[in-house]
Amino acid sequence: MSDPRVAGAGVTSFGKHPERTGRDLFAEAGLEALDASGVDPDDVDALYYGNFMGELAEHQGHQGPLMAEAIGLDVPATRLEAACASAGAAIREAVKNLRNGEQDVAVVGGAERMTNIGTAAATDALAIAADDLYEIRAGMTFPGAYALMARSYFEQYGGEHEDLAHIAVKNHEHALVNEHAQIRKEITVEEAVDAPTIASPLGLYDSCPITDGAAAAVLTTAEYAEEHGLDAPVAVTGTGQGGDNLALQDRPHLAQTPAADKAADEAYADAGVGPDDVDFAEVHDCFTIAEVLAIESLGLYDRGEGIHAATNGETDRHGELPVNLSGGLKAKGHPVGATGVAQLATIAWVLDGSHPRADAVPDGTVGVAHNAGGTVASTTVHVLEVRE
Amino acid sequence: MTEKAPDGAYDAWLNAIEDGEGHYLECENDHGWLPPRRVCPVCSSRDLSEKSLPDSGEIASHTTITVPTPQFEDDAPYVTAIADFGPVSVTGLVRGVDPEDVGIGDVVGVEVGERETTGDRAVVLRPR
Repeated sequence: MSDPRVAGAGVTSFGKHPERTGRDLFAEAGLEALDASGVDPDDVDALYYGNFMGELAEHQGHQGPLMAEAIGLDVPATRLEAACASAGAAIREAVKNLRNGEQDVAVVGGAERMTNIGTAAATDALAIAADDLYEIRAGMTFPGAYALMARSYFEQYGGEHEDLAHIAVKNHEHALVNEHAQIRKEITVEEAVDAPTIASPLGLYDSCPITDGAAAAVLTTAEYAEEHGLDAPVAVTGTGQGGDNLALQDRPHLAQTPAADKAADEAYADAGVGPDDVDFAEVHDCFTIAEVLAIESLGLYDRGEGIHAATNGETDRHGELPVNLSGGLKAKGHPVGATGVAQLATIAWVLDGSHPRADAVPDGTVGVAHNAGGTVASTTVHVLEVRE
Repeated sequence: MTEKAPDGAYDAWLNAIEDGEGHYLECENDHGWLPPRRVCPVCSSRDLSEKSLPDSGEIASHTTITVPTPQFEDDAPYVTAIADFGPVSVTGLVRGVDPEDVGIGDVVGVEVGERETTGDRAVVLRPR
């Protein structure tokens, strides 16, 4: 069985839509993906759907069948929850079932409604991806957790807040032309450094916003795509997932993300490529330090070197290895359960030339998506390649 | 109002700290964990025994949180840190020192305090 193809994708505008239900957001993205794919909805075999805080934000569990219904599908539908890596886990499930021949067509997607509950409640809801007994009860928030990782990184490898500011500036600039992005506003290094602190050493511009939104993609087997004459040149050629202790206190390193190391190793081996083959990446920059940890775990930079990548201009759209051409979570926004599939959509669109930042890698053939849950206790990595 | 049920071995651990008998669990291969645990996540050993928590540890990383969850609204700004006690690390609220003066390597002990916002018990790290 050859590698699954991305037949179509759809992404809502990311931002504040407090009045829109999760089912409405997902319906928009899912129907856009179905229309773009050229697939007859009757041919869809399954829906794999990512969502994290539905019970808290909408008092709505069991969202799989709800979302299948929302896009007019009568198929087995399963919600996958791996915190912020929920949609990455959904992609992985679909890829495995397409490869093993069980299914020919699957819809993957995710949605999150977050702004309707306000900043304090959303902060609380996000925090439950951490260890309740030993972290949340000690006042841990998610910015706080990443702040602990950032301070540890600086202590171990060097670097400073200004290096993180360069990541924020880069991702904001990348998002300027992304019509899906929540924040389309250029910022300066000085503004990022001087922004109000949320959890020292991280400030407002080190943190992704709270976001409503949805993303979906239609994946098919290569054989189905060929048989039905689909224009689907981009394949998911590698999938990997890694795990780690839930609580930071139980890990040997605060400045490394071994779950992402494992996911990357598995995905690269699965695809038969290595870090040197990667033309660009979409990584999980929920906080600026997370982008540093991600590009090191992906093997794109040595330990301790990732902190300088944005400062040196290497990961911007003019650099050797563009990272987060979409604007990343930092500027595009982070509707938690949708993020992994939004990353996949970005990569597919860059590879097929339809993304507004595709000119950054005009000859690109390999893109990597890194989707992390919690403080990287769950991570999925997917390799996408042009096959035609 | 229904009284909140205790959280088993976790609340027992807090009680023990309050009694000056802080402890952790150690497997036969010397991997340390805080309760509740039935198995060592590193080596899968189920042979866990209770050991005394070292009297002091060193702060491994810290942050001053200014945007809290609602449960810590009246506590903010506050310092949360992870302290390395050798066999285990402990996350707690740092008290008894100006937030500006907290640093990596500072020596702290563990005690049980209260959240200002809710009055719930919380792990506190205090300079030794």
